[in-house]
Amino acid sequence: MWRNSPRGWGLLAIVLHWSSAVAIFGLFALGWWMTGLDYYSEWYHLAPWWHRGIGVLVMLVILGRIAWRLAQPTPAAHGSRLERRAASWGHLALYVLMLAVLISGYLISTADGKGIEVLGMFTLPAVISDLPEQASRAGVVHWYSAVVLIILSAGHALAAFKHHYVDRQDTLRRMLDPRLSQQGRHAAESKGR
Amino acid sequence: MLKKTAIAALAAGSLLPLAQAQAADYAIDSEGQHAFIQFKISHLGYSYILGSFESFDGTFSYDSEDTASASAQLEVDVTSLTTNHAERDKHILSGDFLNADEYPTATFTSTGFESTGEGEGVLTGDLTLHGVTNTIEMPVTLLGEGEDPWGGYRAGFEGSTELALGDYDIDMSKFPEAMRSLELYVTFEGIRQ
Repeated sequence: MWRNSPRGWGLLAIVLHWSSAVAIFGLFALGWWMTGLDYYSEWYHLAPWWHRGIGVLVMLVILGRIAWRLAQPTPAAHGSRLERRAASWGHLALYVLMLAVLISGYLISTADGKGIEVLGMFTLPAVISDLPEQASRAGVVHWYSAVVLIILSAGHALAAFKHHYVDRQDTLRRMLDPRLSQQGRHAAESKGR
Repeated sequence: MLKKTAIAALAAGSLLPLAQAQAADYAIDSEGQHAFIQFKISHLGYSYILGSFESFDGTFSYDSEDTASASAQLEVDVTSLTTNHAERDKHILSGDFLNADEYPTATFTSTGFESTGEGEGVLTGDLTLHGVTNTIEMPVTLLGEGEDPWGGYRAGFEGSTELALGDYDIDMSKFPEAMRSLELYVTFEGIRQ
């Protein structure tokens, strides 16, 4: 149930996928909104506090997600050879962009050597600081990689709908239902009987 | 004989720049960091934010026998601004305020000096900041001059002036009145060339 199989995603991969999806879209909206806030808004300090804290937690989740993805079998890709190749590169790009957004965000807030307070729970220390114009340059990377990540995620969702509605494959269903990853085993067992 | 004359001429020639330097040209000791450009701006009218530009260079001329000829030129790397808070520095350098991408350097070139007493005077000059040039007056004080322990000759000054940010097209209209101007404080030591 927890683990992946060549047939589908296990529960842990599903939870990691959807929690990071929700968090990343939320952080994008929050980040966009908060950078336009008026100095007198009551959210002027609070919104960045949430954005930084959630961002750090998402970074930890993503690192775990990548480790789990590498450690576990990947369900077989659907579609033509071209579709499978595009999916493979697209997924790689999503991981790279997620890391780029998260690391650049971290580099903005830690540019002068101070750590990031994570929702009052702990402080993530600064590792790299005082690079030339670190905060401004990391800010440019943060914004553009976030925009490309959101666009690519939308393409990722469209591709899932295409597999689901046009090709009638269980591509989307297996990212929602961990039982699909177990079906192969049952089928093999019942065949054996 | 001819050789000797040539050597003498060369020697005399090489002394010429030295003779001119007697007019007291100084290079600001940026390398040894005996020079600071700081600003102090109100926060909401309740306290002050202190900041500085860490990277700048300049030269000046000063001769206590001939103060009317005193002059100074400074070039400041705007992106080297720091207020001990990376996110605030990024914001100050962004298009909301200094727009350091477009205007990465600020310069000051003196146009006149008027002595107001022993070791005191008012330096007049053109300050270019955020792409806007204004004539400013800065009262300056000679803090001291003399031989240093390492074989050089130094002279040091300080001066400060008030800048209205609106004069440099920096829009502070969303901020309280107290935050619309700042105090610029400069102190530097020059090594006679």
